[in-house]
Amino acid sequence: MTRKQKRLAIIAGALGFLGAAAGLTLYALGQQTSYFYMPSDLQERPVASGQRIRLGGLVEKDSIMRGDDTQVRFAVTDGDHTVKVTYAGILPDLFREEQGVVTEGIFGADEVFVADTVLAKHDENYMPKEVADSLKEKGVWKEN
Amino acid sequence: MSIELGHFALVLSFALALVQATVPIIGGRLKSEALMRVGEPAAITGFALVALSFAALTVAYVQSDFSVLNVWENSHSAKPLLFKITGTWGNHEGSMLLWVVILAFFGALVAVFGRNLPRSLRANVLGVQGAIGSAFILFILATSNPFARLDPAPMQGRDLNPILQDIGLAVHPPLLYLGYVGFSIAFSFAIAALIEGRIDAAWARWVRPWTLAAWLFLTGGIAMGSYWAYYELGWGGFWFWDPVENASLLPWLGGTALLHSALVMEKRSALKIWTVLLAILTFSLSLLGTFLVRSGVLTSVHAFATDPTRGVFILIILMIFIGGSLALFAWRAPTLSAGGLFQPVSREGALVLNNLLLTTATATVLVGTLYPLLVEAVTGDKISVGAPFFNLTFGPLFLPLLAIVPFGPLLAWKRGDLAAVAQRLFAAFGAALAVTLLVYVIVDRTSVLAALGIGLGLWLVFGALTDLALKSGLGKVAAPVAFRRFTGLPRSVFGTALAHAGLGLTTIGIVAVTTLEVERVVAMQPGESVEVQGHVLRFDGLQPFTGPNYTEDQGRFVLSRATGAKLGEIVSSKRFYPARQMPTTEAGIRTLGLSQLYVSLGDKTPSGALIVRVWWKPMVTLIWLGALVMMAGGAVSLLDRRLRVGAPMPRSKPVTATQGNRA
Repeated sequence: MTRKQKRLAIIAGALGFLGAAAGLTLYALGQQTSYFYMPSDLQERPVASGQRIRLGGLVEKDSIMRGDDTQVRFAVTDGDHTVKVTYAGILPDLFREEQGVVTEGIFGADEVFVADTVLAKHDENYMPKEVADSLKEKGVWKEN
Repeated sequence: MSIELGHFALVLSFALALVQATVPIIGGRLKSEALMRVGEPAAITGFALVALSFAALTVAYVQSDFSVLNVWENSHSAKPLLFKITGTWGNHEGSMLLWVVILAFFGALVAVFGRNLPRSLRANVLGVQGAIGSAFILFILATSNPFARLDPAPMQGRDLNPILQDIGLAVHPPLLYLGYVGFSIAFSFAIAALIEGRIDAAWARWVRPWTLAAWLFLTGGIAMGSYWAYYELGWGGFWFWDPVENASLLPWLGGTALLHSALVMEKRSALKIWTVLLAILTFSLSLLGTFLVRSGVLTSVHAFATDPTRGVFILIILMIFIGGSLALFAWRAPTLSAGGLFQPVSREGALVLNNLLLTTATATVLVGTLYPLLVEAVTGDKISVGAPFFNLTFGPLFLPLLAIVPFGPLLAWKRGDLAAVAQRLFAAFGAALAVTLLVYVIVDRTSVLAALGIGLGLWLVFGALTDLALKSGLGKVAAPVAFRRFTGLPRSVFGTALAHAGLGLTTIGIVAVTTLEVERVVAMQPGESVEVQGHVLRFDGLQPFTGPNYTEDQGRFVLSRATGAKLGEIVSSKRFYPARQMPTTEAGIRTLGLSQLYVSLGDKTPSGALIVRVWWKPMVTLIWLGALVMMAGGAVSLLDRRLRVGAPMPRSKPVTATQGNRA
């Protein structure tokens, strides 16, 4: 092969890999991303049951109920609307009433959100960024 | 030492960095020896000044001088001394200062060890280092001043974020920065080569040890960060595909590609332009990582900064350096001469394939990391891209790469014989396959993936051993001769074998723990037991304990085998740090062979039982042991006589010919 042909072969190979990677990336982005919702967003844009989303808001006061097993029930609110959430497992250290939380999971048949992940920012102000931004947009954000 | 002294030293170092960034490069253009010579003293004095400024801040931390805003925000007089010192870089301002200290350190190293570099190349390299340094020192002075005073001084500080009060954090950022910033040397060499319009194999010989050292530290930094997250966050996860983790993985992938392409350039003088581009891209990814972590655009444990001016400032630095260097590349790269020829099936060909796979894998990680930011900026939608995305994109690109690794070192330069290499690897393949079947039949028949993954990791380990055995002629010559040849092999051959075997070990660890892990979440009363994978864990109750700056409830457990033999105690606790009003989980971990039993405490149920999460993590330690072996490989290669830092060998030495056949 001449130098030119070799270079072409390498470029073709590189394009092949890039193409495969781009294809995989696009497919995965279509399948594997989860959108962030606040409870009020669910009123405007309903979510099909079985679709994976991230639900964020404040943990409603007096809503945390623990069973004797590892199930925990609580409600996530943004002031206007509230969604019930169940979660089996250990909650993050900073999970508290009236504090921001982001949960990830799917809606069950009974409109209860079944979370498999509960996220908390490791900070004394304890407000996940998405939640803080959304609350600011709604105008209910209070600086400290 | 007064904090103002530190501040003043930093301002001085900024002025000096400006001199270093301009005078030597102008000297290079004008061919003025006197101007070019300014670079070395400027770099060494600059390092002394930044080091002095960092020392001043450290002293303020050790003395708990709360009249310094930064110390008040991040320290507490009751904090143990070690964490007072490490607290210096446990915050945004201090960690940026550490970044600059390490940058200046590398610049000084080039000045000291670069005596035999060509004059103008050394001047240009130091000039580019000065330019990077001045940008970041200005960033600290303008937006993140750690030396600001507080008046009146408070009596007590606000303490360091408790999860950062850990030995892992003491080591993780300095290692990571040594890696990130170490790539700046490769970058500066690339820019210098472009400025001069000249590049040869000797260039690669100078760049490779610096890249190797940076890669070695970055490997350690990532592994340390991963282990820290594993035991400190109490979730038992070792990698979350968090954007901040990706920010450190990206330069690692780029740097790994750079190491391999620089090898081709050094030995065969091919892939020159590509190597220069990779050097630019790798450091650009380090800068991008710094931007992502330091700008506050991401939510994470690392996001100390939320001041938007900082984000904009770093973004400008990013655009100037990445945009500028790529523009320079587009303008000057065509003037660099093309290199040697090779057949597709050859060592070069294998390394090109390695580079293609590594860079495309890097690209997918980059897309997954930046896509959510982009979508939010454009549409306002908040989305998250997590592990499933990366498993689907990074996985299919990285697995074939792992599969071809053992072939690379066995192929000859220029023109290789794939069939012969495959024949030589037959034993390694057979052994890996045998273990795969064994794992499938004996350990777990439900998970084909586990068996295949562990087999793949072993294939890498056996492949590395085969390489060593073949190169020492084992089986072909008498055993004593083979042994003598073995001990006489160039150190870089051991380096390659160790690094590849380490990669295999890490693969085994990751695969084993993700596919064979056993998790139990149970509510336990004192005296109750839970059984996990042949081990019985008995809960003996909670006990209060008071530490220097925290209180905790220690859950005490007794671990024994299912047969009854006692293995020891495990203590797992819930800590509370009053200064920050913050609870943390301290996991209880017991290492059994290569595996670990991981116990983490939850809340109490209404009936008084404690929720306990117990994991059996099979072969989990291999993840980090593998990284240590990779680092050892890097270190052994660095010690290679032919690769001594800054000591180039004349190209014509016959050594190159023999190492071409053996290395």
